[in-house]
Amino acid sequence: MTAKAPSQEDAHEAHHGHSHGHGAGHGTLRSYVIGFVLSVILTAIPFWLVMGEVLESKTATIAAIVIFGTIQIVVHMIFFLHMNTKSEGGWTMMALIFTLIIVGIALAGSLWVMHHLNANMMPMTHEMMRNMP
Amino acid sequence: MFDDTNLTQLIFGRLSWEAIPHDPIIISTFVAVVIGGLAIVALITKYKLWGYLWNEWFTTVDHKKIGIMYIILAIVMLLRGFADAIMMRIQQAIAFNGNEGYLNAHHYDQIFTAHGVIMIFFVAMPFVTGFMNYVVPLQIGARDVSFPFLNNFSFWMTTAGAIIIMISLFVGEFARTGWLAYPPLSGADYSPGVGVDYYIWGLQVAGVGTTLSGINLIATIVKMRAPGMTFMKMPVFTWTSLCTNILIVATFPILTATLALLSLDRYVGTNFFTNDLGGNPMMYVNLIWIWGHPEVYILILPAFGIFSEVVATFCGKRLFGYASMVYATCVIMILSYLVWLHHFFTMGSGASVNAFFGITTMIISIPTGAKMFNWLFTMYRGRIRYEVPMLWTVGFMVTFVIGGMTGVMLAIPPADFVLHNSLFLVAHFHNVIIGGVLFGLMAGLVYWWPKAFGYKLDDFWGKMTFWFWQIGFFFAFMPLYVLGLMGVTRRVSQFEDPSLQIWFIIAAFGAVLIALGIASFIIQLVVSYLRRDQLRETSGDPWNGRTLEWSTSSPPPDYNFAFTPVVHDHDSWYDMKNRGYERPLAGFKRIHMPKNTGTGVILSGLSIALAFALIWYIWWLAAVSFIAIIAVSIGHTFNYKRDFYIPVETVTATEDARSRLLAERI
Repeated sequence: MTAKAPSQEDAHEAHHGHSHGHGAGHGTLRSYVIGFVLSVILTAIPFWLVMGEVLESKTATIAAIVIFGTIQIVVHMIFFLHMNTKSEGGWTMMALIFTLIIVGIALAGSLWVMHHLNANMMPMTHEMMRNMP
Repeated sequence: MFDDTNLTQLIFGRLSWEAIPHDPIIISTFVAVVIGGLAIVALITKYKLWGYLWNEWFTTVDHKKIGIMYIILAIVMLLRGFADAIMMRIQQAIAFNGNEGYLNAHHYDQIFTAHGVIMIFFVAMPFVTGFMNYVVPLQIGARDVSFPFLNNFSFWMTTAGAIIIMISLFVGEFARTGWLAYPPLSGADYSPGVGVDYYIWGLQVAGVGTTLSGINLIATIVKMRAPGMTFMKMPVFTWTSLCTNILIVATFPILTATLALLSLDRYVGTNFFTNDLGGNPMMYVNLIWIWGHPEVYILILPAFGIFSEVVATFCGKRLFGYASMVYATCVIMILSYLVWLHHFFTMGSGASVNAFFGITTMIISIPTGAKMFNWLFTMYRGRIRYEVPMLWTVGFMVTFVIGGMTGVMLAIPPADFVLHNSLFLVAHFHNVIIGGVLFGLMAGLVYWWPKAFGYKLDDFWGKMTFWFWQIGFFFAFMPLYVLGLMGVTRRVSQFEDPSLQIWFIIAAFGAVLIALGIASFIIQLVVSYLRRDQLRETSGDPWNGRTLEWSTSSPPPDYNFAFTPVVHDHDSWYDMKNRGYERPLAGFKRIHMPKNTGTGVILSGLSIALAFALIWYIWWLAAVSFIAIIAVSIGHTFNYKRDFYIPVETVTATEDARSRLLAERI
């Protein structure tokens, strides 16, 4: 091949050659600080809930941790991964929505299916064991 | 003595001379493969082709060459997968009346597992990926895919997976679990050998390639379309490729995760899918089919795309209902996520769950039916040319509809309770995979061959291939429908009831016809190569095509398009021809291109070593190859010499040569 001596600029140009303007957003110091503070708060609260035994029921504590965990994911996405409706011409948002739908289908479907399978196929009380054919 | 065994174990893990199979069938195959392999190596060395292969093919980042290599891989693996198929057919045709046949159960179980794994993962997948690689950038007017190195790497990872599976034939054994390796059978307790480990690591390594190539092609289609080509002006094949790759990216991680959990069960003793200690094998079945059902649409959607291109071209008409075709594809893409439970209606989810998934399954036949009508209406009042690709397409329409209807039968849960795991099911999915995917791929091969190599394929042998496959298919699989309705289950190597034998003999006869079809196909390739000067095709547009790939020369230059085409309508090349398009003859510029790299080959080789080490518990080799993979990957990021310019003189010379060829035609 008749290769011209390539330089680093060439490589750089190759890398960005096909994106036309609407790239991914880049954070500012302010947004990173906000994200960091929010993350710390959202991490501290669950720790406090568990260590201080604040809530009466265990189920409520677990539910609270899951909720804070979910908010944490959203915070990370917005402030650290720069998720918004505009970057890459809206494609990142589209991809995210699609991912959420697929993950939602897989999780909800699996829970539903496995719940039924468990109820129907695992009838292992002592009573039932004794009466098995 | 004690120390000695310890040392051997340290070096070789559980690998020993015992691992070499003693079965005469396997030994003779092994000898044949070694002799054949040595002959090929000797020929390549004699004609000094190693440098050519390495520089022009193995290290290439050109999407066209990578696409061709994918298809070569698929054809080679098709021969292996078909060898398995015909062995099973012969076994089942003779194993009656106390005759055990020539394959023992241990061997037979490996064969049906290998047949399924190879045909899906290493024939259909690389074949489809090969076409997408070759055709998509040309159809959208791009010079390559978005990430050319990643493309090369993906190909070599797929090949690595295939090599790992092939090694299992001669060193150790393959899984005896069926192609999806359900636990608890595939767990450490019931499959203690290396078979399932070969399965897991073969698929994991190939899965890396598949996922990355999915990402690559999505990025290519979204970001690199020619100016003017909005989404609703994209060729239908590109549309179906987009949907297929979205499916790949969304579902292959589920397969990877499921197999990773299974490997944890096998390697470190976790209990995700075991029978006790809280494990639940049903969860594996559930997870693997969340991947597995979209997988079949990953295979069929590109085939639908190929048929759409072929029908429009050979009927000389714009595709009927372009928009409905696009929406049908997208609807199938979404619905394919909502039907997975129909693969295990009988596992016991109960009426409500089964009803939901039964209905979603029936709904998915609506967009598929809409596509069928679109093709029929495209043919209606078209000027149909029954060239070989069109034969495959018509054959597909007849065959696939039968498979689709038996599929809807299986979607009815009460009917499925009768037909589940029977040969009826086997007949059904071969009906849609052969009659749909394979016919599509064969149509595509004949259709795009002149584009890739500059000469058409021989017509006579093409027709022979088609008729042998078509008739052979009906002989091979219609008896299985009958047997399945009579209650014969799949994966059985011997039979008691002599009245069934005649059906198996008919099926074996069908398999022989398909073997003749494959032979005709190979003859077709050889004959066409020998007659390439008579079959030469210099226009670049042998079929009076409609999409952009037919606007370049055949084979296309390295850079595909000297100038990026501008698109005004769908069927853009047809539109350009109608508006009296003139090829630009001057004003060429140098063209910026990616450079070849050997990193993909090296990483793939290291992955084989890593997988082999993990399969045989050779921990030192696993550690070394893993570290080497990381080191080579990081090392590659420091490779800044990854592009070059094709100088303007070369571009001008290439384009002028084409102008002379075109002038000679008139």
